[in-house]
Amino acid sequence: MGILLFLEQLLNGLQLGTMLFLMASGLTLVFGIMNFVNLAHGSLYMMGAYFAATLFQLTGSLLLASAGAFVGVLILGMALEAIILRGFYHRDHLDQVLATFGLILFFNELVRMIWGPQAYFLALPEMLNGSIELIPGAPYPVYRLLIILIGVAVGAFLYMLITHSRLGMLIRAGASNRGMIESLGVNIRILFTLVFGLGAALAGLAGTLAGPLLAVQVGMGDGVLITTLVVIVIGGIGSVRGAFLAALLVGLVDTFGRMLLPASLAEMSIYILMAAILWRRPQGLFPAHG
Amino acid sequence: MSCLLQVRGLVKIFGALVATNDLHLQVMPGEVHALIGPNGAGKSTLVAQLAGELAPDSGSILFEGLDITNLPVPERVARGIVRSFQITSIFPQFSALTNVSLAVQARAGHSFKFWRDASTDPTLREPAQALLDQVGLGVRGNVPAGELAYGEQRQLEIAMALATKPHLLLLDEPLAGMGREEARVIVDLLRRLRGGPTILLIEHDMDVVFSIADRITVLVYGTAIATDRPDAIRANAEVQQAYLGGEMDHA
Amino acid sequence: MVRNRILGTLLAIALLALPPVAQALGEPFYIGIASRMLVFALAAMSLDLILGYGGMVCFGHAAFIGIGAYVVGILGHHAAEETLLLGFIPGTSSGWITWPLAMLCAGIFAFLVGAVSIRTQGLYFIMITLAFAQMAYFFFVTLKGYGGDDGLRLPQRSQFSDLISLRDKTTFYYVALGVLTAVYLLLLRVTRSRFGMVLRGAKENERRMLHIGVPTYRYRLAAFTIAGALAGLAGALMANQANFVSPAMMHWTRSGELIVMVILGGVGSLLGPAIGAVAFLSLEEVLSAYTEHWQIALGPLLLAVIYFARRGIYGALVTRRVL
Repeated sequence: MGILLFLEQLLNGLQLGTMLFLMASGLTLVFGIMNFVNLAHGSLYMMGAYFAATLFQLTGSLLLASAGAFVGVLILGMALEAIILRGFYHRDHLDQVLATFGLILFFNELVRMIWGPQAYFLALPEMLNGSIELIPGAPYPVYRLLIILIGVAVGAFLYMLITHSRLGMLIRAGASNRGMIESLGVNIRILFTLVFGLGAALAGLAGTLAGPLLAVQVGMGDGVLITTLVVIVIGGIGSVRGAFLAALLVGLVDTFGRMLLPASLAEMSIYILMAAILWRRPQGLFPAHG
Repeated sequence: MSCLLQVRGLVKIFGALVATNDLHLQVMPGEVHALIGPNGAGKSTLVAQLAGELAPDSGSILFEGLDITNLPVPERVARGIVRSFQITSIFPQFSALTNVSLAVQARAGHSFKFWRDASTDPTLREPAQALLDQVGLGVRGNVPAGELAYGEQRQLEIAMALATKPHLLLLDEPLAGMGREEARVIVDLLRRLRGGPTILLIEHDMDVVFSIADRITVLVYGTAIATDRPDAIRANAEVQQAYLGGEMDHA
Repeated sequence: MVRNRILGTLLAIALLALPPVAQALGEPFYIGIASRMLVFALAAMSLDLILGYGGMVCFGHAAFIGIGAYVVGILGHHAAEETLLLGFIPGTSSGWITWPLAMLCAGIFAFLVGAVSIRTQGLYFIMITLAFAQMAYFFFVTLKGYGGDDGLRLPQRSQFSDLISLRDKTTFYYVALGVLTAVYLLLLRVTRSRFGMVLRGAKENERRMLHIGVPTYRYRLAAFTIAGALAGLAGALMANQANFVSPAMMHWTRSGELIVMVILGGVGSLLGPAIGAVAFLSLEEVLSAYTEHWQIALGPLLLAVIYFARRGIYGALVTRRVL
């Protein structure tokens, strides 16, 4: 393998990793604070992509479409939390898994009814469509670099949010001691709704960003959901730091696996990685609880 | 007489807290050996290490002459060390009789037996009933364990422990949270167990400890500062100073 | 107890009488649907052994079914092509060979999955079983030699004897009913045996189980393996019922549907999950008759069932005895 090919694959791996982190951060936050498993996270990703595709058709502006999709999924997520999912916080994980599984069926069918079974494609504007030579002789697509930057920016934002803000303090307190936040007199319902909305919006953002790379279609969230679950399990469920490292790890293993391994093994590489890590550490790399 | 349980130089550290600090302890066969000490002295941590739930950082545990420091919980039970819990731990949805017959079954060898109905198997049910009788729950066998009174659940737990035919019974505060009447039932039961398994007893009620223990070990900051007969412990100046002075009178 | 017995008798009569009644009504179509329900009932029952009795929420059960189905499919394929699997294994369509092999292969895979996942708990367990199932799914998607994504048609149904032809709908129905009944009676014994008690005890209070001297891991792993093997048997039946195998059989949503069947029917009751499978598939039939977008109703319905009716259908019908 030449050094240039290696660098290109490295960037591809990082790009996939940052995408996965956008998904995983929301899922793991919601789990860490509300002790809630949300399988419908992939549906929020899908809704983000569809919102963006529709807004893009209406406005022709990718920026407007992305912003609109972000807000749209934020609202959708908060509404879901406030109307339905709140009632499942005190149920066991099996109930949560099944209830949100029901939501997946609902959203997939809803999308099929509204947008039809055909796939949508998002075109990139001129500015993002080219490549730049980070290293002479190795052009790399601008858009993929942008995704890496956004992923890293979101990571930095979440890091600042969690370590340096009042909300973050509550989040950390909540992850280690649920009873404590309530005793602080914080309106826990609003906190939960906000955190859920934030996680949803990040999933929507991931879906939006995936739009120009992949087809926007029914069920597009299912595959990425499973990979995201692999990420948060490896990282340690509830740990944002773990999610970040695990997302990059999974992104790299998957990308290099596809390049170096035969097809059937390549598809399985991340699952093998997960099995190997859990064999040694049944709680993942950074266990958040106990 | 060689000792049943020998703990040598046991150390367990949680972050900055030294929960068990170079602890030495010898328990003789057949005795009722009480472990006392102020809150946070490391009594429960010690029991967890003896039972195999916590791995010590260093030191060793010898049981009947064999080093069991690294054995997992079920194997220790098979060798004859069984514990009860400070917070009752039973199978709440099973009947009291089934709770005990599960423990009888565990003692009877492996459970890779797929055919015979365990709920009508006399080789499980009869010993289980006998144990319920022994702890005074003979007529409560058909009640779901979760519906038993609190004190009865403790009795049930002791019956389950006895069903594993222990050589050493670790009782972690068997009287915790009990009313006077319920506590009396358990104390009577403990007295009746004399001559059966060796007992290592953690208990806060000093009247009970000093009336039924053969020997007492005093734990302070994770270290055994004295082991002796009850009257000698009462008279021990170091113990007086470290621990008993205040709390003894209070108890 | 008397009521349980009456319900059971009625159920048995209804099941035995279904094919002739459907024929008499001129609706033999229902025999096929009912057969499919019986096969799913078997799969749901096998899941109940670990989910209901063992408390292990396996979100990858469809993979075991798929492996069982592919054993039948692949061996049948090689038999028809007269080629060797991996260069040395001759194909066959004999059900006497392929069905036990389906159970064996699914059981071995379940053993491996269980060996890793049973070390973990709760959510981790759910996710890991899901991930392993995905692994199996993608493995078969990439097996282009056996149709890959498109799946594989069975050249012929599994052969048992000249008297039994699984192509005949009614025969298949009775074979499926026979297998289901046999597995039910087997699991009924297993769940009440010493092994079953250990499994239930470990679900109820694992720590206590360890402290009466039972190393729970090996019993859970054994149960997981048995459930996997029985799911493989369901897969062998499913391959014959559909005359077709494909990776879609082990899609993760299928695993989710199986859990829904178990919960809907009532966990930890064997018959309940079987009833749940019938109810779920009936619902699918009924709703899909009204609209092609029937899943839009199924999702919310599922939410409502989980929220309001946790004990399931069986729990509402039958009184349970205390063990």
